[in-house]
Amino acid sequence: MRSGENNLRSKIRGLADGVATGLAVLSTVLVVLPLLLIFGYLIYKGASSLNLDFFTQIPKPEGETGGGMANAIVGSGVVLAIASLLGIPVGIGSGIFLAEFGRGTKLAEAVRFTADVLNGVPSIVMGVAVYALVVTPQMPFSALSGGVALGIMMIPTVCRTTEEMLLMVPHAVREAALGLGVPNWRSVLSITVKTASPGIITGCMLAFARVAGETAPLIFTAFGNAFWSVSLTRPIAALPLEIYKYASSPYEDQHRQAWAGALVLIILIVLAVSLVRYVTSRGVLKGAS
Amino acid sequence: MNANVSEIRIPQVQLQPEPGSPDGKRPPKSEASEVRRYLLSRGNSAIADRGFRWLMVLCALSIFGIVVLIATELVKGSHLSWTKFGLDFFFKSFIDPDTKQPSYWDPVNEHFSALPFLYGTLVSSFLALLMAVPLAIGVAVFLTEMCPAVLRGPLAFLTELLAAIPSVIYGLWAMFMLVPLMRQYVNPLAIKLLGWTGFFDDSNPTGLGFLTAGVILAIMILPIISSLTREVMNAVPHSQREAVLALGATRWEMIQMAVLRNARIGIVGAIILGLGRALGETMAVTMVIGNSLDIQRSILSNGNSMASVIANQYAEASSDLHLSALTEIGLALFIVTIIVNALARLLVWAVTRGAPARVN
Amino acid sequence: MGVGIEVTNLNAWYGTNHTLQDINLNIPANHATALIGPSGCGKSTFVRCLNRMHETNPIARVTGTVRIGELDIYADAQPVEIRRRVGMVFQRPNPFPTMSIFDNVAAGLKLNGFSNRRALDDIVEKSLKNSALWDEVKDDLKKKSGASLSGGQQQRLCIARALAVDPEVLLMDEPASALDPVSTSKIEDLIFQLKSQYTIVIVTHNMQQAARVAEKTGFFLNGRMVEFDSTHKIFTNPSDKRTEDYITGRFG
Repeated sequence: MRSGENNLRSKIRGLADGVATGLAVLSTVLVVLPLLLIFGYLIYKGASSLNLDFFTQIPKPEGETGGGMANAIVGSGVVLAIASLLGIPVGIGSGIFLAEFGRGTKLAEAVRFTADVLNGVPSIVMGVAVYALVVTPQMPFSALSGGVALGIMMIPTVCRTTEEMLLMVPHAVREAALGLGVPNWRSVLSITVKTASPGIITGCMLAFARVAGETAPLIFTAFGNAFWSVSLTRPIAALPLEIYKYASSPYEDQHRQAWAGALVLIILIVLAVSLVRYVTSRGVLKGAS
Repeated sequence: MNANVSEIRIPQVQLQPEPGSPDGKRPPKSEASEVRRYLLSRGNSAIADRGFRWLMVLCALSIFGIVVLIATELVKGSHLSWTKFGLDFFFKSFIDPDTKQPSYWDPVNEHFSALPFLYGTLVSSFLALLMAVPLAIGVAVFLTEMCPAVLRGPLAFLTELLAAIPSVIYGLWAMFMLVPLMRQYVNPLAIKLLGWTGFFDDSNPTGLGFLTAGVILAIMILPIISSLTREVMNAVPHSQREAVLALGATRWEMIQMAVLRNARIGIVGAIILGLGRALGETMAVTMVIGNSLDIQRSILSNGNSMASVIANQYAEASSDLHLSALTEIGLALFIVTIIVNALARLLVWAVTRGAPARVN
Repeated sequence: MGVGIEVTNLNAWYGTNHTLQDINLNIPANHATALIGPSGCGKSTFVRCLNRMHETNPIARVTGTVRIGELDIYADAQPVEIRRRVGMVFQRPNPFPTMSIFDNVAAGLKLNGFSNRRALDDIVEKSLKNSALWDEVKDDLKKKSGASLSGGQQQRLCIARALAVDPEVLLMDEPASALDPVSTSKIEDLIFQLKSQYTIVIVTHNMQQAARVAEKTGFFLNGRMVEFDSTHKIFTNPSDKRTEDYITGRFG
């Protein structure tokens, strides 16, 4: 009977709809769950290990308890500073090229594609390449090589976000500058880039936050250092490196410190990411609509 | 012209006097001409403009330069190993002269074969995809089609946060929370339920191994697959959804027919991108995969991936050949990830029709 | 003090599209000249050829001669130099969004390296007075951003910005078309006052506006200049039938 058939079919369809919805909700829960577990565990294990020593002392010799990761925090700062000095100008320059000079050209498409390729290179491979390139017998490991590796990794992100933000500047603004007889280079820098600068800055912060947590490229470039060192040509400690080493060590005390380090790192990253989200959701370009 | 034209005279408009009629005194403008003189003296900016343009082009070209440099260094570094082992590097095993057993990676006797690491990378990535793809699509479907608007922002933010966690922190958490969990609950259960397949045995009671690595990898690649899937799903025009709903489809049927079907190319692209990420993932995998140089059938056994063996051994490679072999693995990883990523971008671009937003 | 513009055999292309064909005319100094015609007839393109903005589009091309005063602007000068002497006001107001009112007006000078603070203050004040905006903004010069003004005020700000560099010619491409009637009439009054000091070329699709403000009018159609004569003659006794058809509203 047709109505019976239809009834059954629509019931099955309704059931399928319900099951699908349920599975989708379940997936979401299963995805959010590890996030909560990770953060929860991190805070639980890390907060108890955070003390003043952590931020002011260098590691104690193996087997001894106490000490901190102060040198690693400073070391990360040095390496990231070098990375930013390399990655941000080159990234912004490439972004300016893509948006202002190369629009529609084949060259620009090739640059964009290559930037995406660079983005997808595993960070460990980056470390291997930079090692082969920069490291010499006289200078086997150095802060400089670590900074270069991380700097290269920043370039694609900074480049793409800069291009995106510059493309959002209305053409009328550029025309206004040109119409006044402002030289092109001045117009690009003082008008277009300046208008897009909130977005460009957040792009830089995004790239910065991403490389701040990178460990693999540093394993054989920066290498790590148990003592205070800010020299550019010697091995240097870095926070993610220390976390890795301490996590793999057999000592409970070092595990504890690994958690503390992880907590510090994740707080910095979450702050950066949240700031980025806040700025972009508020509207990146003031009044330029 | 003709009389009609007078009808078109615009009424009540004061027409302008003919040019040439006197129009009053012009005030002297000595200050204004200071501005004019200044601007005239500024001259041409052609040189500065050209210089600036070349600087920007240089920055853009440096990206090419960097990729070329990386490739060159990898090829140079692999040369020793490539000339010694050739293609066998990826496929053959050796017989260990001492134990007379097949061995793959022997720094002492300088025999190197990357087969276990290829195997490890493939197995862990495959497991990761198996677990991540259904969940990622489920989350994407929920967030784009089912989620109440007020929850969407926070939930999307949370999934993005997953992407921001560094690999080493994933590894740390996996070592101390996931591994015991696997060891105590999941692995024994898997052995009991699935041991008959031959892929689960109890030879490795540590909780490390391929499966654990697969789980943590799955968590890590989930955000990418999910966010890109959401993007391609959002690119499907609303008219498609409405057309199907108007025919009386349930919501799930609408999602299947209108959204997923139209977006499937892009979703495949998202999955491939996730694969690309999984292939190169290093730290978390290194910390839980168990670091073994063997090939075993059980996915609960320890192993190594291409990335993890480099991370473990590169800094202390015992010989030039050892270093070269590791570099060759790096080169292989480089080439594979380029191909996979390029393929993924092409597929996603085909659906969203434009440069996809940065995906990190 | 303005200068006259002499256009000889001007042709312009966008790619293969022959947008302007054999334009010849003389625009008198210190008067307002209106250019009218239906959409797409090339009047905007023409005006953009006068300050070399047309060529900012990579597929654009120009042949012919444009003399502003004594200067052949294509053969004897660079675009940047020309644009400092020929100002432009665009259809939609486009103040610089990140700059204050003061900085907007001073932009043409500051971005060209002019740094004399006191002189800048005077110039900004004078320009804002000339564009009838001074009284409305004089207390907020450095506090308010250019984008926070109303549409009509923004357009007068753009006029002030163009005037601040003391150009000899002022080009206005449908300056009031995006504005309400009150702002429009303010801008027309402005043009009235300014034309004694500058040579003004105004593109408009509003014939009444042309009749109100301009001494001479040119009628463009399909890339050609059909008729160029005193406004009086164009609107009361045009020589060309096409002009008459346009005036009477038969098309456009």
